[in-house]
This record gives sequence, structure tokens and C-alpha cells, in this order.
Amino acid sequence: MIKRLSKCVREYKVYALVTPLCVIAESVLEILIPFYMSKLIDFGVEMGDMEYIKREGLLLIALAIISMVFGVLGGRFAAKSASGFAKNLRHDLYYNIQRFSFSNIDKFSTAGLVTRMTTDVTQLEQAFMMVTRGIFRGPCIMITAFIMAFKINDKLPFVFLVAVPLIVVGLILVVKFGIPMFQKMFNAYDKLNSVIQENVRGIRAVKAYVREDKEIDKFSDSTDTLYRLSVRAEKLLAFASPIMSMAMSAVVLLICWFGAKLVVSNEMSTGQLMSMFSYVSRILTAFLMMSMIIMQITLSGAAAKRVIAVLDEEPDITNKEDPVYEVKDGSIEFKDVDFGYADHKSCLTGINLKIESGEVIGVLGGTGSGKSSLIQLLPRLYDVNNGSVSVGGVDVRDYDIETLRKNVSVVLQKNVLFEGSLRDNLKWGKKDATEEEMMAALDLAQASSFVANMEGGLDAYIEQGGTNVSGGQRQRLCIARALIGSPKILILDDSTSAVDTATEARIREGFRKFLPSTTKIIIAQRISSVKDADKIVVLDDGKISGIGTHDELIKSNKIYQEVYESQTKGGDFDEPTAD
Amino acid sequence: MSQQQTNNMRPNGGAGKGPGNRAATHGKVKFTKDTIPTFKRLFSYYKGKSLVRFIIAMCLIVVTALVSVRSSLFLGEIIDNHVTPLLSQAVPDFSGLVSAIIKMIGIYAIGIVSSFLYNIMMCVVSNGILKQIRIEVFSHMQTLPIKYYDVNQYGDLMSRFTNDIDNIRQMLSQSVPQVFSTVVTIVSIFVAMIKLSLGLTAIVCGFVVVMYIITITLGGKSASFFKERQRSLGNVNAYIEEMINGQKVVKVFCHEEANKEVFDEKNENLRHKTSRANEVTNTMMPIMMQLGNFQYAFIAMVGGAIALSSGGVALTLGKLASFLTLAQSFNRPVSMVSQQINSVVMALAGAKRVFDVLDEKSETDEGYVTLVNAKENEDGSLSETNERTGIWAWKHPHKDGSLSYDRLRGEITLDSVDFGYVEGQTVLHDVSLWAKPGQKIAFVGSTGAGKTTITNLINRFYDIEDGKIRYDGININKIKKADLRRSLGMVLQDTHLFTGTIMDNIRYGRLDATDEEVIRAAKLANADSFISKLPDGYNTIISGTGSQLSQGQCQLLAIARCAVADPPAMILDEATSSVDTRTESLIQEGMDRLMEGRTVFVIAHRLSTIQNSNAIMVLENGRIIERGDHDDLIAQKGRYYQLYTGKTE
Repeated sequence: MIKRLSKCVREYKVYALVTPLCVIAESVLEILIPFYMSKLIDFGVEMGDMEYIKREGLLLIALAIISMVFGVLGGRFAAKSASGFAKNLRHDLYYNIQRFSFSNIDKFSTAGLVTRMTTDVTQLEQAFMMVTRGIFRGPCIMITAFIMAFKINDKLPFVFLVAVPLIVVGLILVVKFGIPMFQKMFNAYDKLNSVIQENVRGIRAVKAYVREDKEIDKFSDSTDTLYRLSVRAEKLLAFASPIMSMAMSAVVLLICWFGAKLVVSNEMSTGQLMSMFSYVSRILTAFLMMSMIIMQITLSGAAAKRVIAVLDEEPDITNKEDPVYEVKDGSIEFKDVDFGYADHKSCLTGINLKIESGEVIGVLGGTGSGKSSLIQLLPRLYDVNNGSVSVGGVDVRDYDIETLRKNVSVVLQKNVLFEGSLRDNLKWGKKDATEEEMMAALDLAQASSFVANMEGGLDAYIEQGGTNVSGGQRQRLCIARALIGSPKILILDDSTSAVDTATEARIREGFRKFLPSTTKIIIAQRISSVKDADKIVVLDDGKISGIGTHDELIKSNKIYQEVYESQTKGGDFDEPTAD
Repeated sequence: MSQQQTNNMRPNGGAGKGPGNRAATHGKVKFTKDTIPTFKRLFSYYKGKSLVRFIIAMCLIVVTALVSVRSSLFLGEIIDNHVTPLLSQAVPDFSGLVSAIIKMIGIYAIGIVSSFLYNIMMCVVSNGILKQIRIEVFSHMQTLPIKYYDVNQYGDLMSRFTNDIDNIRQMLSQSVPQVFSTVVTIVSIFVAMIKLSLGLTAIVCGFVVVMYIITITLGGKSASFFKERQRSLGNVNAYIEEMINGQKVVKVFCHEEANKEVFDEKNENLRHKTSRANEVTNTMMPIMMQLGNFQYAFIAMVGGAIALSSGGVALTLGKLASFLTLAQSFNRPVSMVSQQINSVVMALAGAKRVFDVLDEKSETDEGYVTLVNAKENEDGSLSETNERTGIWAWKHPHKDGSLSYDRLRGEITLDSVDFGYVEGQTVLHDVSLWAKPGQKIAFVGSTGAGKTTITNLINRFYDIEDGKIRYDGININKIKKADLRRSLGMVLQDTHLFTGTIMDNIRYGRLDATDEEVIRAAKLANADSFISKLPDGYNTIISGTGSQLSQGQCQLLAIARCAVADPPAMILDEATSSVDTRTESLIQEGMDRLMEGRTVFVIAHRLSTIQNSNAIMVLENGRIIERGDHDDLIAQKGRYYQLYTGKTE
């Protein structure tokens, strides 16, 4: 785990390696200082040697300055390497996610990916800094302090061993019981937040059903749980800390007793006794520090695991060697296609379909009938399980993915605009689109009139998610964005659901007039949207239930008839014709 | 703003975690005129048992602090009083030393016990107060008008629950006791030091001033760097959130490479800012620590000189040792105290925001007419009952104490209603309509025409500016809100489900519905077929966002939820907009049965679903421009005709 993550240090390796060196120097000096302090007292103060006091005092100050320099450097290098590590980690995650196929994204869910790239990375960054600064500090202080104490007296330092069992008990208490308790507490906390979230989001449903009291009950339950778990976890810590203090006090008292005896029997000086205290207390502090670091690493383990899972995920759709870089035309063929999402049952079976270049194809079917799955196979957003899909006479898996997607343009059902100007958003379709091309695309998508009314026209500012334009406008802008790259195949996945019928009719009319050679696939709910298509494909439960023109299907296909009925029911009027 | 928002939206405050996320964006933490009142208000939560506990805990903190000061003097005393004298004795008498050590054991024990007790007490008290605050805020939020939720962004509300309450938690359980104990420690060490040597104390004070200056300079620098870092982090996180959420669109347009460039730039900027902020912060500790060592050496030299020159009269060796220990334990609290006070002030700013929610005005409800189950007496009059009889009655209390019951019929009238979400911006103009009991009234019109607004007025999510709305002849202002809403079932376009089983979600409509009733409702809404295909059927647990279900399936559940509530009147706001037309036609029969005998307001996009309405209101820019049934409107060849046929004439 640590090995995998350390790959992200890269160009910041120097800093990451120098940091512990600085820390080692700093901690050794930190221990030497009390040693000189004791000498100062023994040989200077006790002997009444003012010269000695001055000399040693200045030496002490010099040591403190050196120690400070190392400390400052260590801190700076640690900051540099930790932020660099986080940067690289974020970079690696983001770059790998860019390679992900749709099914890779589905696996982690977008929310999951966002958490990993934000919260988890921040947590690991902090753990990294703590580790580089702390991992050598504890052992180093412990060893040096022990050596120094040992030099003063070869038996007394072992007194600290008395504290060890106590500290170990405390540590076990915290690590073994505390960590799971805290994790439970965090979970309860998350749950509490999700109750609030759902409540705030669904406040209209709550008020409409007058369920305020039920919500308050639900919330009180969650707070109760959180309260119980927090108190339990914090109480455990409250139990652990006296154990630590007991260890400390015991050591101090024992050293007092034995130390005093040694002083009296002239085996040790008073100055040495004072240093002994300082050494032993430092040994104990180092011990505690090490346990803190161990805890930090354990707590970050979960975040590390989550992040590594994304780093190690291999995209399941990649360019083939020697791919085809040109799409001849917009003809399409599905041959015996079976398809299913990763962990679900198959959702398309035995699909055979041939579409000529330039045709208008309507796709109709109920929710979950496989309409979106069908068209997502064309730009290789997913790969088939069996059979093949070809575009322009070539299997889609043989194309260079970018070439394919540039030529097969999809307006997704769940479409989004991005924060920035309208112009920037349109440029997603084509990087170097000219003003004329943009205007033409907006015209075709029936968007130019409202764009003209927007403040700034093409430079109008689109908020995150495109929330400052209406649903129908957003859909039309998304269509324009897809049109701008002049694709050979254009797919609209229920992309005009919020556009009124009249405007939608004008959009289709424009397509027919200005994009004669582009294959157009239109998934829709409304019969009127697909009625005049060259071919209509009716899907039912992942199978093609019928293909044909409106007139053919109305005679032969039961599902089509039903849908048609449902949309014209009760109408003793002439079914409106779009043109 | 949007960055700030996304930043605060993370449940754990994760992205925005770190020192003073919110405070950092407001610049340096400072006292405002609200600080003291907020503190008082927060303090008022300590009452009764928790106040007693709090006071005891504070006393214990004093004891703990005194013990730690006392024990740092211990070493000096031992050396002076019990070790040095023994050196001159031929046969050393250790009894003094023994009793000193025993005394110390006692003192240590007191310290350990009191620190243990105060930790336990503080933990119970502060968690209890937090729980109380949380419940208070949440309960109060339930009473706030919908308008409050329109004005305040979701992310902002969430951050009050997460970041702000977290800050309060930090303050209650850590900062307050710490500040208290620090102050006690500083004062008692200071007194002890003065008692030992006035001159040396002056030196220590000098060092404290230096330390303070360094803390202020470095701390100020670090705070402003952290502010920048926080902004940069918010920026990166907002970008990640937007792009990962739109990742599928990114793929469709092969925009990966372009995004990588933007990302790299933002990411490098964040690295730079983080590095700079941490570099400054990380230098503080070593500087402070070594400053402590300087001080030690300096005092040792000066103190040594004094001890030697006065021959131990002005200062004994043991006293010097004690002083050195004291001076060392003096540094730590001094360098910490400003930081602790900062965090208290920051938490108070958070508490202020939490209290702001509590001070927000609740929905007013002067209604006194209530809705009750009724049964018909032999003479045709109504009387109240607790059973569900299917008959509802409005219960009017009269001034003379008598009660009268009117049968709920479901007649709803709007009389010249004007309304605006913001004062001065009227969005509905002079809307009048009359829904007779059992009628189906439809609203059509383009987005923003005011369809949903009308329905929101009927259930009093918002209050009208002018005109009257009557329900069975009663001004709806006189009806208790809860009862008004109970009489109106609502299915909204954005369905909101709650984490729990499907059964529970449908039962949300009527909490005492039996399993059979729930299943019947689901069948009516045509939801039963997909529910029974789920692995655990009705016991399948769905998340609040309903991510395992399609939008259309969520809508079917919402319809079932409304069906189980069995309300006398209903509002269906684009209730089947995400259901495909075939399924829609399948549930149409069920919907018709559901609507039978009820007054229903329908907002629909697909005109085919509302053709059979008794009246269709065509809205444009907040006015009803056409009204009539389908045939009338087609004959009028107006806006409805255009919408319906797709023709412009």
C-alpha cells in the first residue's frame, strides 16, 4: 500500500528524503542539549566556574540555533514534499479517470470518484506530512535519549521499562477498541448528515405530507446514536490518558528515589539527576508520539485503499494497435449483439440492425427497454459482450476512439453544460469552431433566438451545471454543441423532452434539410418525434420488437400501437402532422 | 459562491476541512459585536445538571493545573531539601525523602483522578449540549417556510450542520477547558516563578514578548496563506466535482486532453499554495521550541551567575533547577493561548450562524379549522370519530366554545390571486378559478408560466399577496396548515425518496397503512411489477437519491405514496414526466381510479394526459390566457391549439 502510494512522490523525492535527515539531526541535537545543560550545572555552577558557564552556555545556544535551522528546514521540506505528493496523487487519479470507460465510472460512481479525489487525497496529504516528519523523530529521540541516559548511569534508565507495560496497555486499549469505536462514530456522523441532506432536499415532500414530526424522530434517533457513540469513544480516551499519566508519574517517582540514593552515595551528581529526568521523560514522549503516528497511519488506511483502487483500475476500453483513423460514412450495422452492464443481467440480446448512411432512425421503447444501451455501443461508450457493431463498414473496436467519437456524436440523456461562457461550451464540440459555425449550429438547434436574447450572446455566462438556462434551452444548447463538429452520425437520446412540440418539429425539419448525409438516430418518448423517420426501431425488454416505418408499425406492431394509442387517446381529431 | 457551496457540501466537511474553512474565507478571525452575546447564549445551554457538571469540571481543571505546576516544583524541592542535606550526613536519613515521595504520590493521584473525572464530565456535558443544539436546529428547520429553503442554498444549510456545529463541538469539548486550564497554569506558574526569583521572571517575560511577536507575525502570515490555500482547494475541488460529474459528457466529446491541461494548472496552483502555507506553519514549532532552549541556557547562565555571586543566598541551586523547570513549562501554554482563543472566537462565529437559523421565523399558522374523520349520524349531521371512515369534515371551533362540522367536499376556489416570490415582483396576476368537488383541473403552459406556483399557493407553501383562496368556502388562512396539507396529496416532479425500504417509502404517505394497503397502492400506480422484480421486493433498501431506480420508477413510487395517503384532493405536478408513454398509459387507468371522486390539480407536459380534464387553464407569464375543456380550447385555435398540434398559425 505504502509502496504503491510512494510512487506518487516522484520529483519531490529529494525533499521527502531530506526531511527525515533534518528531523534526525534536529532530534539528536534536541537530546544533546539537556546533556550540555547538565554539564553546565555540574562543572559550571557547582564548581563556581563562571568561565565554564559562559563557554558551555554559548555552546548550548549554538546547538539550539543549529537545531532550529534543521527544524525549520525539515518543516519546509516536509511541506514541499507533502504538497507535491498530493499534487501528483491528484494528477495520477485524474489522468487515470480520464482513461476510464463508462463502465469503469459506473463501478466507482461519480460521487465516489469525487470523494476520493478530494477528501481522501487531503487526508493522505496530512498523513504523509505527519509520517515524513514523525516517523524517524520518535525512534531517534528514544535511542539518543537512552544512550545519553545510559552514559550517566547504566542501571537507572531501565526504570522507564516500568512504564512500558502500562503504556502498552493504554495503546492496546486505544488501537484495539478506540479505532473501531471512532470509526463507528464517524459512520453515525455520516448517517446523521445524510438524514439532514435528504430532509433539506425533500423538504417539500416532508411538508406536503406533514411529516415534520416523523423527520424529527428520525433525526433524534440518529443524534442519539451519535451521542452514545461519541460519549463511549471519548470516555475510552479519558480512560487511556490516566494510564499514560500514571506511567509518567511512576517513572518520575522511581527515578527520584533511586536517583537520590545514587546522589547520596556519590555515584551521580545532582545535575546528572536532573538530566536523567529530562531524558526519561523524553523517551516516554517519543513513545507516545510513535503511537500517535501508528494511529494516524491506521486511520488513513481506508482512504489509501480507496485511492489505490482508482489508481490501479484498468480502463476496459482502449485503443487497439494500429487503429483506423477515418470513418467512411454514417452507415451502421449491429450483428447479433448481446450486451449487459457489469453486474446486471443482460439488457440487449440478439440485436441485428442495418442502417444506411444519411437515414433518420427513430428508437422507441419503454423505460429499461435498452434504448440508451443500444446507442451507447456506437461511440464505444460500452463494448458489446457478443456480436459486433460496425460504423462505416468497420467494427467500432478497430477505430481510434477519438476518431470514432468525433464522428459519432451523442447528446446524452443526462446532459450537462459546464461553467464558463456559452462559446467555451460550444467549443467542446469542436476546438477551433468559428463564429459562423457556432451560429449555424445554434440555428439548427433552434437556439439562436434565445441566445440572441441572453446577455452577452455567445459570451453569456453559463453557471455550473447550466442552471441559469431552462431545461428546454439547455437541451437545445447541448444539441448545438453536438452538431458543431459535423459528425457523420448524430444521436439524440431523449434530448428534446423539455422542448415544446413545435420547436422540436422545426429542429427535425432543419436536420432533414441541412444534414442530409448525417445519419440521425432519435430516441424519443413522443410518437410525433419519430413518426416521419425512415425507420423506427421498437425495443422491448432488450430485444427488437419491430422495425419499419410509422405506417408499417401501426399495422404490425402491438407495442407501437399501444404507444400510439396512449398518445392520441380520446382524440376525435386529426393526428397532427409535423409539416 | 458556487465553489464555496460545493466545498461546504461534502458531508464530512472533507474538502473544506482544516483550520477555519469558513473563517478563513472571511479573513482574520476577530471579535465582533456579536461575539459576547453569542457566547452568553451558548453558555445558557449549560443549565441544571449540566451546569453543575460543568462547574465541577472547571474546578477539577483548576486542581489538575495546580497539580501539574506543583509537580514541576517537586524536583527542585527534593534536591534542595532531601538530597543535598543528606550529602553531609554520615549516615543518610532517607525518611524525609520517603515522606516527600509519598506526598508526591498523593498529589499525582489527585491530579490523575481529577483529570480523569473532568474529561468524563466534559465529554458527557458537551456531547449532550451538541445533541440538544442539533435537535433544536433540525426541529426548528422543519417549521421554517419553504421560502427559507429557496433563499438559502442547500450547501450553506449543510455547512451549518457540519462545519459550524463541528466548530462548536471543538470549542465545547476542547478549547474552553484548554483556555481555562492554560490560564490557570500560566497564572500559577507565574506566581511560583516570582516567588523563586523576581529577576529571572523578568527574563522569562522578555522571552514571552519575543515569542508573542513571532507568533503574531508568523501566525498572521500563515493565516493569510491558509486563506489562499483554502480558496485554491475550493477551486480544485469544484473543478473536480463538475468534471467528474460530467465525465460521461467529457468522454463523448473526447475532451480529456483539454481538461487535463486545465486541471494540471489548477492542481499546480494548489500545490504551490499548500506548500507555502505549510512551510510557514511548520517553522513555528521548531522556532518556539529552540527559543525555549535559548531561554533555558540564558537563565542557566544568569541564574548560575547569581547563585555563585551571592553564594546561594539569593538563589539556591535547587531553586534554580526548579525555576528552569517552571520556565520550560511556562513556554508551552503561553505559545498556545492565542491559538486557543482564536479557535474559540472562530467557533463563536459558527455558533452565531447556527443561532441565526434558530432565530429564523417559523411558518406562521393562525389556522384554527382542523380536519377530522367523521361519521354520519342518522339525522344526517356529522360527528367526529377516530376511525378512518372515508368521510372527512372540517371542524370549526366557535367563539362560544361550540363546535360545528362541515363535510369536506373538495371545492377549491381562487379569487383574483396575485403573488410574487419576492416583494414587488408579481409572478401571478389576477388568477381566478373554481374547482368543483371531484373535478380535474389542468394547468399547461411553458416553463416559468406559473403552473407550479399556483399549486404551491393552494397548500400554502407560500402565502398570497392579494385575493382569496377558499377550500369548501373556508379561507385557507383559517385552516390549520398541517390539516390543509393532509387534505392535499402531492406528487412532485422531482420525487424525493428517503433512505429505507420501498415499503417505508410508500408508507410515508400514511404511517399506519398496512402492508396490504401499501401493495395495493403500488399496484394502482403500476409500481408493483418492477418492485417485485427487485431482489428483496418491497424490502429492498433504496438510498435517498433513489439511484438504483430510474427516474420513472421513482415517480411511480411517489404516486403510490400519494395513493396510500388517500387524500380528498390531489396535486400532481408533472407526476409522470419521466415515465414512458406506454407505462403511462398502463397506469392511466389506475390514475383515473385514484382521481375519481377527488378534486385534482394536474400539471402536465404531455397534453394527451390531461385531455379528459374538466377544465384546462393555459398560463402564460402568470396569467390565465385561455380556459375551457379540451374541445373548447381546440376550437379556440389559440395557444393551446398551437401547443397541442405543434402548429403556429
